[in-house]
Amino acid sequence: MSHLASLDAHVLDLAWAGVLYWLGLGFSALLLHRRHGLLTRLVFPLGALGALFMAGIGVAGLLQPASSMVLPIGLPDLPFHLRLDALSAFFMVLLGGAAFGITVYACGYFRNMAAGPLALLALWYHLFLAGMVTVLLADDAYAFMVAWEVMALSSYFLVTTDHKIPEIRRAGFLYLLIAHIGAVALLLTFGVLQGGHGDYTFNTMRLAEMTPFWSSAAFLLALFGFGAKAGLVPIHVWLPEAHPAAPSPVSALMSGVMLKTTIYGLLRITFDLLKIQLGWWGTLALALGLVTALYGVIFAAVQSDMKRLLAWSSIENIGVIIAAFGLTLIFHTDGKGALAALTLTALLYHALNHAFFKGLLFVGTGSVLHATGERRMGHLGGLMRYMPWTAWLTLIGALAIAGLPPLNGFVSEWLLLQAFLLTPGLTQPYLNMVIPVAAATVALASALAAYVMVKFYGVIFLGQPRDPGLQHAHEASWPERLGMLWLAGACILLGLFPTLVIQRLEPVVLMLTGQRLPGISNWLLLTPVSAERASYAPLIFLAGVTAVVALTYLWVRRVYHGRVRRSEPWDCGYPEQDARMQDSAEGFGQPIRQIFEVFMRVERETPDPFDRHPHYRGDSRDKLWLLIYQPIADLTAWLSMQAARLQHGRIQWYLVYSFVTLIVLLVFTR
Amino acid sequence: MTALPYHLQIVNLLAALLLLISFAMLSQRRVIGLVTLFAWQGAALALSTAIVAWSTGQHHLYYSAAMTLGLKVIAMPWYFYRLVKKLDVNRVVEPMINIPTTMLIGIVLVIFAFNLALPISEMSGTVTRSTLGIAMACVLLAFLMMITRTKAIPQVIGFLSMENGLFFAATSATYGMPLVVELGVALDVLVGVFVLGIFIFQIRETFDSLDLKHMEKLKEK
Repeated sequence: MSHLASLDAHVLDLAWAGVLYWLGLGFSALLLHRRHGLLTRLVFPLGALGALFMAGIGVAGLLQPASSMVLPIGLPDLPFHLRLDALSAFFMVLLGGAAFGITVYACGYFRNMAAGPLALLALWYHLFLAGMVTVLLADDAYAFMVAWEVMALSSYFLVTTDHKIPEIRRAGFLYLLIAHIGAVALLLTFGVLQGGHGDYTFNTMRLAEMTPFWSSAAFLLALFGFGAKAGLVPIHVWLPEAHPAAPSPVSALMSGVMLKTTIYGLLRITFDLLKIQLGWWGTLALALGLVTALYGVIFAAVQSDMKRLLAWSSIENIGVIIAAFGLTLIFHTDGKGALAALTLTALLYHALNHAFFKGLLFVGTGSVLHATGERRMGHLGGLMRYMPWTAWLTLIGALAIAGLPPLNGFVSEWLLLQAFLLTPGLTQPYLNMVIPVAAATVALASALAAYVMVKFYGVIFLGQPRDPGLQHAHEASWPERLGMLWLAGACILLGLFPTLVIQRLEPVVLMLTGQRLPGISNWLLLTPVSAERASYAPLIFLAGVTAVVALTYLWVRRVYHGRVRRSEPWDCGYPEQDARMQDSAEGFGQPIRQIFEVFMRVERETPDPFDRHPHYRGDSRDKLWLLIYQPIADLTAWLSMQAARLQHGRIQWYLVYSFVTLIVLLVFTR
Repeated sequence: MTALPYHLQIVNLLAALLLLISFAMLSQRRVIGLVTLFAWQGAALALSTAIVAWSTGQHHLYYSAAMTLGLKVIAMPWYFYRLVKKLDVNRVVEPMINIPTTMLIGIVLVIFAFNLALPISEMSGTVTRSTLGIAMACVLLAFLMMITRTKAIPQVIGFLSMENGLFFAATSATYGMPLVVELGVALDVLVGVFVLGIFIFQIRETFDSLDLKHMEKLKEK
């Protein structure tokens, strides 16, 4: 294989040039801090071109064997190692593709920002992109951690763009804290992985012989470290705070792309760097993923803030992806290579899909926010009439995330459920018994996700405006529309041509599991395992749907309308309808809140029957905050109070401290 | 055992005097008395440094001796006399721990210091190495004085006395520090005393007293 590795390193050179291009763009934005027009019309479009370039590099990287290079930067004797293999290349496609649409959108979104803060934002934005790509390319622990920190810090500054609002500062702090606890765990992971060689390049780690105990230690640390960044329950609390706090394009990048770098890291460490994998890791990841998925979707259902709802939905999707990761591990260690390949394909496909539809939904909420200045769904409604572009494009994203065919969300969830349905072949009987429950949980989470999307879309865009000011809502600007068009187009194409995508995924799957998908698919028909079991033809499905819709439309227009009788005697009990009679966000989520009340702490203010101006407020909070985080915070505060007892305020006591220290040191050093 | 040359006997005598003065300072209740003792300590230090300079031919030690004489025997005591007069604080002050107890702790510290200095003085090649233990004892006793006093001026004097001990330790272990270092230290001490003098005025303005007990109020609740 060595002759292959020496082939064309120039794709990697180009990728590195792209990183430098982004860095240069970010810093040149600082120089343009007085030129508002140039920032929105030049810097962000150029950044978007960079993203497209990265996606192209990724596609090229998928077609080529792995290449690596050593950069002359870094500490003395610790140069940066970069490597572009199929896994990195796939995630670069994801990053570049989603970031292109989001950055095009950003050109329009930030047009009303003052030039000074905008220049800073452009710097952090491009540093964030460059950091994420470098995370994917890094081939030693040192470069990886540096890039990881660049990504974490720049996103912290992006989250706190509106740092004058106390809640946003608080959210930013929480994010920074948990990101760094996770980073410490990652540092320890690499410490375990290098296995005492003192060499932190990934190449050495791949060769290191490790006992199952230390491999498990590395895996658990990595799961914790990446899980903290991914929002795995119970280390998810920062995510619903930090993601909505950021400006919408940044939320889109964080939810759509940054969360995927954690999936990349988990795959890289588990399947590439660790030589052995153990079955119980898979069970653990599967259980955590399922809990996360269910927890996320339940909380998404009871949110009344649109961006917070999407953030919880991201937790759900990450949960599904981690569950798929666990299932891949289970199949892989059980010797079911083909099934591992299928599950991994579903995982990668879902990660790719989520980047696009979550990005689309977040930027959609950004346009709504700009048009109305409102994030609370209780004050929105009926926006389809005033912002048709945003509404229709967001509808595509909502249908995709709800998992409806023929859009992309359906394909990955279908593939994953196929994989679950094939588990009875496992050799461990207890897994055979538990996994149907897991499959049911995934199905439940998907169904609830659809419910959440009905709520999201229905309350914001349908019905009547709940606020008279909404009638002045303006449509999104052209760059925003173009960005959304790109993301929505990707959702449609990824849904219509799954076989082409899956063929492109093959090098990644082959690299990680050493297997290909067993089924033979052509461009029309997706057959993951065999034709007898299941197959899916999205184009035919689309044709069917279109035909049914067209026929219904014709029938309603031609046949039904001809016989319509117009009369309003009592108007079926709805003589006057106004916006207050519609289902509200809280009302729609109420059944879910009733069923799953054990997980939440519900705060409600209900109005008095005789109140002239009735006011209702309902808030469902995360109980885990009270159960896990509050005790830790209290303990820290208590320990600090104990330490504060040293402070007497009497100078004599302070002198005694130094005196005793001096004596002790003298005794010890003699 | 051969008899020591006379000049070294004088150095040893001065060292003993230094230690004695340290104990005297521990037991002194009046501020004026403390200042006088501090001046005497400085004088003994200056004399012993000059003798060491003469006996070893280390010329820079003459400068150190002169500086000690100028600063610690003349300038600072004079400044303190003025301060005490101006602030009218020359009263008997009870230390936090009663004086016999303080003296007992001081004896323990001296034994500890000698025990500590033994291995170091065996390594050192200077003629004055036997006085190292005394020098360290002086440092510790001065520290003890700072701990037991609650008023501002005795604390400043304790601080300066500690500096005396350190200076003596440097002289006896290695014939003094390089001149540049000593100049720097002298300047630091001078500036430190001025800053502390300003603080003393400020503390008095704020609390109407120089008792540092009042500074407990500054503690964060």
